[in-house]
Amino acid sequence: MAGLGTHKTVETSAGQLTYIQAIQSALRDEMERDESVIVLGEDVGAKGGVFKVTDGLQKLYGETRVIDTPLAESSIVGVAIGAALNGLKPVAEIQFADFIHPAFNQIVSEAAKMRYRSNGDWNVPMVIRAPFGGGVHGALYHSQSVEAFFAHVPGLKVVIPSTPYDAKGLLISAIRDPDPVLFFEHKKAYRMIKGEVPEGEDYSVPIGRARIAREGRHMSVFAYGLMVHYCVAAAEQMEEEGHSVEVVDLRTVRPLDRGAIIASVEKTGKALVAYEANRTGAVGAEVAAIIAEECFDHLDGPVVRIGGPDVPAMPFSPPMEDFFLPDTERILGAMRRLAAY
Amino acid sequence: MAHPGAAKTEGGVTQVTMPQLGESVTEGQISRWLKQPGDEVKKYEALVEVITDKVNAEVPSPIAGKLVEIKVGEGETVAVGTVICTLSVSGEEPAAVDVGTPPEVAAPADASPSPQLVPAATPPPAPAAAPPAAPAAVAPATVAHSNGQPADRAGRASPAVRRLADEHGIDISQIQGSGLGGRVTKRNVDEFLASGAPARTALQPAPALAAPPAPVAAAAPAPPAMASGGDELVPLSPMRRAIAEHMVRSRQTSPHAWCATEIDMTSVVALRAAEKERFKAREGVDLTYVPFVIKAAVEALKSHPEMNATFTADGILRKKAINISVAIGLEDGLIVPVIHGADQLSISGLAHRLSDLATRARAGRLTVADVEGGTFCVNNPGTFGTILSAPIINQPQAGIMTMEAIVKRPVVLPGDDIGIRSMMFAGLSFDHRVLDGLQAAAFLGDVKRGLEALGPGTMIY
Repeated sequence: MAGLGTHKTVETSAGQLTYIQAIQSALRDEMERDESVIVLGEDVGAKGGVFKVTDGLQKLYGETRVIDTPLAESSIVGVAIGAALNGLKPVAEIQFADFIHPAFNQIVSEAAKMRYRSNGDWNVPMVIRAPFGGGVHGALYHSQSVEAFFAHVPGLKVVIPSTPYDAKGLLISAIRDPDPVLFFEHKKAYRMIKGEVPEGEDYSVPIGRARIAREGRHMSVFAYGLMVHYCVAAAEQMEEEGHSVEVVDLRTVRPLDRGAIIASVEKTGKALVAYEANRTGAVGAEVAAIIAEECFDHLDGPVVRIGGPDVPAMPFSPPMEDFFLPDTERILGAMRRLAAY
Repeated sequence: MAHPGAAKTEGGVTQVTMPQLGESVTEGQISRWLKQPGDEVKKYEALVEVITDKVNAEVPSPIAGKLVEIKVGEGETVAVGTVICTLSVSGEEPAAVDVGTPPEVAAPADASPSPQLVPAATPPPAPAAAPPAAPAAVAPATVAHSNGQPADRAGRASPAVRRLADEHGIDISQIQGSGLGGRVTKRNVDEFLASGAPARTALQPAPALAAPPAPVAAAAPAPPAMASGGDELVPLSPMRRAIAEHMVRSRQTSPHAWCATEIDMTSVVALRAAEKERFKAREGVDLTYVPFVIKAAVEALKSHPEMNATFTADGILRKKAINISVAIGLEDGLIVPVIHGADQLSISGLAHRLSDLATRARAGRLTVADVEGGTFCVNNPGTFGTILSAPIINQPQAGIMTMEAIVKRPVVLPGDDIGIRSMMFAGLSFDHRVLDGLQAAAFLGDVKRGLEALGPGTMIY
């Protein structure tokens, strides 16, 4: 049916899944394994979600486990919190991370604090999935990176996978986690990134653990989501220029894997953090602060951040969008300057 | 003249930095100071002569003012961007601060190695805002803002470098820094340690035992040649180093193939003999054989675009322009300026360009533009008497042709007569990635036919 189903998943070779297929696979496996797992969100049921992440789930598991909700993010999250408190494991979809803001109060003041304020008597085993990030001409309200708002909040976990393997493994861990997890999926990665995902095997990827995406000796680069791929591409170019660059995929931005960050910088002595969120006050700033506090005696250069500019939003106009979104060239430039330092 | 020295002005003091005098030039040597501390300088007046591995240039003053301090002495080589002197702006006395204070660590974004003309930084706080009695207290803040200059970093060690040096008991000054402003980087230390360099210093001759080990020997990438009595180590001039690097790179880049042909120059000799006195009187420059050979090479290049080309990963880049590089020997090296648009020039025009380039090359007055953009090289080792030589390609060109000594020889002529002819070999080294022997030989054949077709009566103007 090529051409008709515009969101049909793309063909891949055996064992290879796209990033979005890996997420679909995790949802199916967990719904199959555990009847308490439910999915709710705008158009997740009959339509299967705007990106088709939940495509077919309602047919398989019915309208009581795959629930179409009103256009009201605060209620989606509020309902999910209530369901979680009553023994279900809701996976709420926020159609775009840009729309999560109406639910901010539910997430930050209710979900994040439930275990603390009930002295451990209550917990919220909930996942909120949302596609984030730009580079797809989504313009102001379909391109935002919102992770920093939530990475600030104790009581939340914030997960951002970059590969299909991690997307599936981390979503499984998120669903099984006893506390609220925000799971941000880079929408440009959905169909662009492919990779090996074990079939029929119950595996998971632990939350809070970074992954060395590429080993190196002369510089550490920290990234998550789409930026990991750009950083690896830039690192490969740097290798040709005689610099060995280590790329660390943070995978979880709260809690950050401090041990992995410190170990890498102690090895290389130089650190660069790349992210597409607005530069100021972002996750990368926290990574830089950890390095400054913990790695001072090992630093051989300034800790460098490369992020989106501090402008209010990613515009639609392609050149303006390009200006906003860090790319391989811009990362490469920062790597070269740091290598030359 | 080079662009005005890159400059940064703070508190009435302008720092002049070593300019970048070519795309790939990373350092320059101070040849001669044309102004001394205390001298007044006008804007754009030459301050200093600088030698780089490509050209010599004068650095003009970016402002009108007075030379305060020379920071880099004659003969010293420093990285592009290093502060070489300070000027005080006309009418302003320099602030009483040590502008040489090593700047604090700057973000690399600020420490761009490319010394563009830095716009004057945000002025220091208005005097009215500062306590009038305490100008000295304001000054350090001013200095702290003047960072971003990569100068003066050679002596600074990052925490990582200091820790490594402590752990391994090494003296950082033993290590040659490759970082910004000559800073010793962690990588430099790691490589120094990995090279076993500290142990190697024990191989120094016994008398040096008590003296600190020579930094050059310690940092040399190749195993140090043991010097014995009477040997002399000649330091590498920027030009010598550049030649060395270019030659090694060219040999590693291009598979060189070589061929030669023999050209009967008798009629060219006759043509030149007939014209040279008049030419000199009329044009004011000597008429040598070189413009004739260049002319023939240019005409041959027009029919053989594959020779006027560059190998790239994406394909053979055939150059539209025909810009002929000509090697000019100097006392201490060699420089290869370019006759741009050689296909637009007559023999007379080529002679003028050659004369101009050679004169300026020997006077050290070539500009960066003079040495860039060549597409094919014509070399004249014959002037030194060689009859065959195998030149190394001037990257990224595809070929280099030599003209050898013109020698009278008995030659078998058509009809099996034997005549005395003025003969010359022309050799061609070519990049075998770009073209093959067939095209190379055809090119040389066209050069030969072109030269042999010249003779008395040929228009040279």
